Amino acid sequence: MTRRGDDQPTGWTPDQPIVHIQDLHKAFGEVEVLKGVSLDVAKGEVICIIGPSGSGKSTLIRCVNALTPFQSGTVKLMGIDVGDPALDKLRLRKHVGMVFQQYNLFPHRTALQNVMMAPLYVLKRPKAEVEAQAYALLKKVRLEGREHAYPGEMSGGQQQRVAIARSLAMQPDVMLFDEVTAALDPETVKEVLVTIRELAQEGMTCLLVTHEMGFAREVANHIYFTDRGVIVEHGPPDQFFRNPSDPRTKAFLNQVL
Amino acid sequence: MSDGRILPVIHQVGAALKAKGLPVTRLRAWHVLFPLWLILAGATAHAASDPAAPGILSVLLRWSPLLLRGFVFNIVISLLSMLLGTILGLWLGLCLVSQHSVIRAPALAATEFFRNAPWLVLLFFVTFMLPFQMEIGHFTIPFPGWIKAVLGLALAIMANVAEIVRGAVQSIHPGQWEASEALGFTRSQQMWRIILPQCIKRMIPPWMNLYAIVTMSTTLASIIGVNEVVTLASQVQAAEGGRTDLLAPIYGYVLLLFFIYSYPISVWTRRLERKYATR
Amino acid sequence: MSGFASFFQHLAASGIDLPYFYDSFDAARFWGGLLLTIELSVVTIAASTLIGIIGAWMQASRAGIARAIANAYVELFRNTPPLVQIYFFYFGMSTLLPTVQNAYGQQLPLLGGFAWAALSLSLYAGSFNVEIFRSGIEAIPNATSEAAEALGFTRMKAYQHIILPLAIRICLPALTNNLVNLIKTTTLAYAIAVPELLYVSGQIWSDRGNVPEMMVTLLVIYLILVGILVAFMRGLERALKKPGLGT
Repeated sequence: MTRRGDDQPTGWTPDQPIVHIQDLHKAFGEVEVLKGVSLDVAKGEVICIIGPSGSGKSTLIRCVNALTPFQSGTVKLMGIDVGDPALDKLRLRKHVGMVFQQYNLFPHRTALQNVMMAPLYVLKRPKAEVEAQAYALLKKVRLEGREHAYPGEMSGGQQQRVAIARSLAMQPDVMLFDEVTAALDPETVKEVLVTIRELAQEGMTCLLVTHEMGFAREVANHIYFTDRGVIVEHGPPDQFFRNPSDPRTKAFLNQVL
Repeated sequence: MSDGRILPVIHQVGAALKAKGLPVTRLRAWHVLFPLWLILAGATAHAASDPAAPGILSVLLRWSPLLLRGFVFNIVISLLSMLLGTILGLWLGLCLVSQHSVIRAPALAATEFFRNAPWLVLLFFVTFMLPFQMEIGHFTIPFPGWIKAVLGLALAIMANVAEIVRGAVQSIHPGQWEASEALGFTRSQQMWRIILPQCIKRMIPPWMNLYAIVTMSTTLASIIGVNEVVTLASQVQAAEGGRTDLLAPIYGYVLLLFFIYSYPISVWTRRLERKYATR
Repeated sequence: MSGFASFFQHLAASGIDLPYFYDSFDAARFWGGLLLTIELSVVTIAASTLIGIIGAWMQASRAGIARAIANAYVELFRNTPPLVQIYFFYFGMSTLLPTVQNAYGQQLPLLGGFAWAALSLSLYAGSFNVEIFRSGIEAIPNATSEAAEALGFTRMKAYQHIILPLAIRICLPALTNNLVNLIKTTTLAYAIAVPELLYVSGQIWSDRGNVPEMMVTLLVIYLILVGILVAFMRGLERALKKPGLGT
């Protein structure tokens, strides 16, 4: 599938996994954080990665959009080889968007401008089109009327929804969520989760690193449990939560549920 | 700061003026202390002086127009060198945060070199290294002393501004770099659209502090022969027959001029610092 | 003449003239000038640090008059040019002091150029130090000083044993910066003919005309002096470091 005529054909077809990770190894200096992780995500799937801190979950999804380089293994997103040293990062990032725990909105720009900046300056799309899309996206995340507010004037939950809209503005095929509700007050967590669920129901492929077990159970097609750099266990939510097989999984679920 | 209410009536006058919208700060004890100091300088001079010679105050008043013109010259030098130095410093600062070490390394060397050099040495450096005039084609560009002072100060300012820029860029939360990278911005786009606009506010207080130091440093130009206020002060003293009792008052007068110019700026700088710190 | 000196004489013949290496007169005054700069730096660093500590203590005093004097001092010396301060002291104030007789019956001023430069520069740098220490003290949470008070420490003892040690660790970077500036500011003593490094270098280059060489020498030496101070302060920072305290 090519888009906007700018991609060379990669040989990827929609029946193949949209994200393919095989035997991924990542070390920070001496410390190996990912010790051979493999997983496949089909188009339209929602997967949740859960596990204790330091298990490598965030590092894993940051490898998917080339924010973090890795030592060995294969990561392919829509056929694009992420591990290729000659990777065209812009091409990759047109297909995958990321939302961070700390939202990282640009504080010197309004919500609307935050959503408009990337398509305008990176993709060089016409301003009128970008602006219309921005208004639509902010309406979609239920922030109509707050377009001209600055991040400093918004609550954490509102900022996070602007961050989601900002990533969606690039029209990605895959969305990565790195513990996006961990820094929010409990009251505002729900509004963000509702937004993500709607996105998932519309067919967006989502990879979520999260602590929200209830949400994972409700929305995910597949759950992966990581511990100390490996995927210990994975499966569809009902099976995973009701009948975990590995003792580490059981121990973790006992602690958090 | 102290809550000096020396005399209630002064406090009331201040309050009345403030009500009219005039920028009156709270009366502090030093507001009274400083004139006291001036009077002390004058009194000691008077005590040391020959009663027959003209009074100190009248001498100062007579020479005020000249001294004030000299002081304005100092201000002009400070503004010009600040302008030039800031422009050069912004460029050098960007080189300091470059991703390419082939740009960063010489920038680092230059910054360290000019930052660690005493400003007077830089002034001498420029004075002796630059010719007294330059010929390009048909044009002769003269380099009078004050231009050399401006250039010398600009070099020092350049290095300090570069440090300020570097400090500001490094203080931006790494999340800003990550989010913009994830959205596909190139390095240059990140710098100019996202990072630098956020840096401006945090660069202003240190930059203003730098300007205060530059203003004081314009007096160094007197050592390289520029006719600014300090040179004029010693010339005035000589013109008045070299009276030793005139020395303290006249230098005290010069101190006062700088104080009157510099203190409001430093108050404003502190206010800005507080404002930007509470983000 | 030693091999060292003759090497530099040959160097001079080929264009790079460093007379302080081969000429005994120039060497004497040059290295003497460097020594004087170092002496001036050490004296002013010590005195201004002491002034900073005392001034910061006065600023935090309960007595309004102590605070007023400290604040007046800081504002005065920070908002006026150090060069003019030196002139004011050296030319202005020295005429007020009594004179002493030397062996030849000459009347000499009580304090020479070095002393006035040291005094003036110490007061100048001291005013900046007061502000630096004040910000260090202010960064200490109120809870800490309240705890000290609850334990029965007097203000002076609390300052000495608790507040000051913490404040110094906090403001060490800013203090380093100020002391570096102080080393550079010692060059102002040139203006009152104190034979420090810049002054004697000026004498050498006007005798010999080797301006570029002396300039580069000066810049390199000040770079080294500043480097030594910074290394010392960094070592101090490491020595004072306590686990878990600070950045």
